[in-house]
Amino acid sequence: MKTANILIAGFGGQGALFAGKFLAYSAMLEGRELSWLPSYGPEMRGGTANCSVIISDSPVGTPIVSHPDILIAMNKPSFDKYVPECVPGAKVIYDSTLIDSPCDRDDVEFIPVPATELARGLNIASLSNIILVGKMLKETGVINYENVPTVLSKLIPAKKAAMIELNQLAVKTGYEY
Amino acid sequence: MAEKVLMKGNEAIAEAAIKAGCRHYFGYPITPQTEIAAYMAKRMPKIGGCFLQAESEIAAINMIYGCSAAGKRCMTSSSSPGISLKGEGISYLAGSDLPAVIVNVQRGGPGLGGIQPSQSDYFQATRGGGHGDYHLIVLAPATVQEMADMTGLAFDLSDKYRIPAMILADGTIGQMMEPVAMPETEPTQYEKPYALTGKGNRDHHNVITSLSLAPEELEQWNVSRYERYAVVEANEARCEEFMMEDAEICVVAFGIASRVSRNAVRAAREKGIKVGMIRPITLWPFPKEALNKAADKCKAFISVELSMGQMIEDVKLSTECRRPVSLCSRAGGMIPSPEEVLAAIEAANEQNGGNR
Repeated sequence: MKTANILIAGFGGQGALFAGKFLAYSAMLEGRELSWLPSYGPEMRGGTANCSVIISDSPVGTPIVSHPDILIAMNKPSFDKYVPECVPGAKVIYDSTLIDSPCDRDDVEFIPVPATELARGLNIASLSNIILVGKMLKETGVINYENVPTVLSKLIPAKKAAMIELNQLAVKTGYEY
Repeated sequence: MAEKVLMKGNEAIAEAAIKAGCRHYFGYPITPQTEIAAYMAKRMPKIGGCFLQAESEIAAINMIYGCSAAGKRCMTSSSSPGISLKGEGISYLAGSDLPAVIVNVQRGGPGLGGIQPSQSDYFQATRGGGHGDYHLIVLAPATVQEMADMTGLAFDLSDKYRIPAMILADGTIGQMMEPVAMPETEPTQYEKPYALTGKGNRDHHNVITSLSLAPEELEQWNVSRYERYAVVEANEARCEEFMMEDAEICVVAFGIASRVSRNAVRAAREKGIKVGMIRPITLWPFPKEALNKAADKCKAFISVELSMGQMIEDVKLSTECRRPVSLCSRAGGMIPSPEEVLAAIEAANEQNGGNR
């Protein structure tokens, strides 16, 4: 499979970094090469937050994704900033509850998911990030959907075990949307 | 090999230090290396070790001096401005021939600078950083796995030669996560007959100092220290060669710059340019021989750095200025893109009668 250059971006607190971690863990369990690089510094304290995840079959060179072929946009500023940077043919999965109108690029594929609304409906408001990841798994096949339970049980510490099921619900919701 | 785990570069350094037998960490928080201190704060009390947040960087490096004088493996870490504060203590460690591991997860400077990644402490690290004639052994990891591996290596080399070792990383490698397998071997034990552990039955008191008011004696200390440096230079220079077999253009880059360059070298190869990369793994000793050998067949060199151009001087010295050396760099926390490095490769290829 070719290298996936994934960028996940949103407000601090929306879980962009955690969503990236989920992908990174999944890739590691599949024995693939990967890197996960967060934005760090003032952004973490409430501004925009993003992370670069690269999943590949050969050792990863630069861990910085400046031109994503998969973009998960969780808010409007991130959408406006990174859609123009996407490579032609990129898949843009975005939260259509928070982002109203796609921009005028016609060489990328826009995949709207009302993630915030879906999450609220299921009473898992903090997991819109994982709903978007679920949709990404479906649309890109970068990582294996069947491994999700294993990944979640490794990623979420035992004392938060209740969250495993909720995250699983979120992935499934996105995957099946 | 142990099962791979996903860790930040900073955490990998901390865990690897513990695996290497380090039970004493003294530090002071600063972005982008604070995870090292945080990790140590969590782990050390559980394994009977000592985590101590000092009142300042200067206090921390002097605690290292004392701890190392007592014969214990110890580590401190900081980022650029904090390393400058440690400068005096590092010089004292070198002047007293004490081992220690000092981690610098670099950020943009000078002054307080910023918090984004940089490699602009290259001169400071490779030339010693403090006053007097001395060197540190300087290791430059480029992956999270190397953050772990080189921490163990830094402790070993430092103990073996009684020279303080520095891990020169940057904000990117410190903050990123990659799968890493921690070493499972037991740490090597080094005899430390110089250590201040009480006179016991010895017939003399051990004294550790960097002070000598007799210039003849102080000169001799310097001379014998440089004899040790010569052994290190002969035996410990390390580098990785990437696509160098038939290369006519040679990129030289370490740490994060080498990862960006790897993409650019691959892209240039796809365009038919015969380019390779030498990645210094030790910055002191610098892999002079590998570079000088490359100058026999390469037409031009490109130094790729996150600074205004520091390592480029060592590239010129190592190749004895026999070939043109160009600079491709960004500074202040910016990172050159693979496209920028590719453009530099294309320009060097063009200017030196490229083979397109």
